[in-house]
Amino acid sequence: MNKPIDFIGIRLGMWLFLYSEIILFGGMFVLYAAYFHAYPTDFVEGGRQLNRVIGAINTIILLLSSFTVAASITAIRLGSKKLSLSLIGFSFICGIVFLINKYFEWGAKFHHDIYPNSETLINGPPGQNIFFGLYYVITGLHGLHVIIGMTLLAISFVLVASNKIHAERFAMLENSGLYWHLVDLIWIFVFPLFYLVL
Amino acid sequence: MSKDSSIQHMMSYKQLALVLISLLILTGVTVGVSYVHMGIFNVPIALGIACFKVSLVLLFFMHLKYESIAIKVSFLSTVGFLAIMISFTFWDVAYR
Repeated sequence: MNKPIDFIGIRLGMWLFLYSEIILFGGMFVLYAAYFHAYPTDFVEGGRQLNRVIGAINTIILLLSSFTVAASITAIRLGSKKLSLSLIGFSFICGIVFLINKYFEWGAKFHHDIYPNSETLINGPPGQNIFFGLYYVITGLHGLHVIIGMTLLAISFVLVASNKIHAERFAMLENSGLYWHLVDLIWIFVFPLFYLVL
Repeated sequence: MSKDSSIQHMMSYKQLALVLISLLILTGVTVGVSYVHMGIFNVPIALGIACFKVSLVLLFFMHLKYESIAIKVSFLSTVGFLAIMISFTFWDVAYR
């Protein structure tokens, strides 16, 4: 193992992938902007029906988990494997709590007959149908990314535990962290756009 | 390999904690501001705060501030492309 590790190359590869993710969600936000322009009052009305408290709690959970992932990299580089493992574990649990909140949030909406193709939305104003359509697509896609991020964190956890990731070689953990931060970045925009519109 | 030390920059716990605290404060601000009705100005203010928060995450959590020029330039190009995509589509929709 005398080959030097190309840290920049490894990170650049991950960033290139993240750019494609940014453009993917960018496309979603273009749709949001265009329809917000067309149906401003319906969007405001729709946003009022979303639970600000759950949204804010989920924001705090993701920010906290982003911090613990970043700190886990510092920990592994300083050689404290145990601390790094518990920080990654904590971030994973944050992901689970986020998804549980999402489950209850979506569940409450389903209960009020607000879901794609539901009677209330089809017979209601078109703007609200579009608002909740975008809400389900964007938060659903984001939720999928949370699950992918949690998978990457779980793999990193195993690799740290089995000493495959250590103070000299931590690119996998770093890239998993980058992915997790991206999930956080997207949520930082989703939160004000859906939960806090006017 | 003196360049390696600059590439392998490491964030200290203290720096990371400071970033987290600023992010949490900004979240509080954005929620608080949303209860004040300022008509159409609510949207740019909420997005402004979101952009500031995103910058903090990018610069420090994703250590973009300490990355090589290749990553910085390619990231800014992506943001530039995104800005073109969003603004041109929106202009088309708004002034058709």
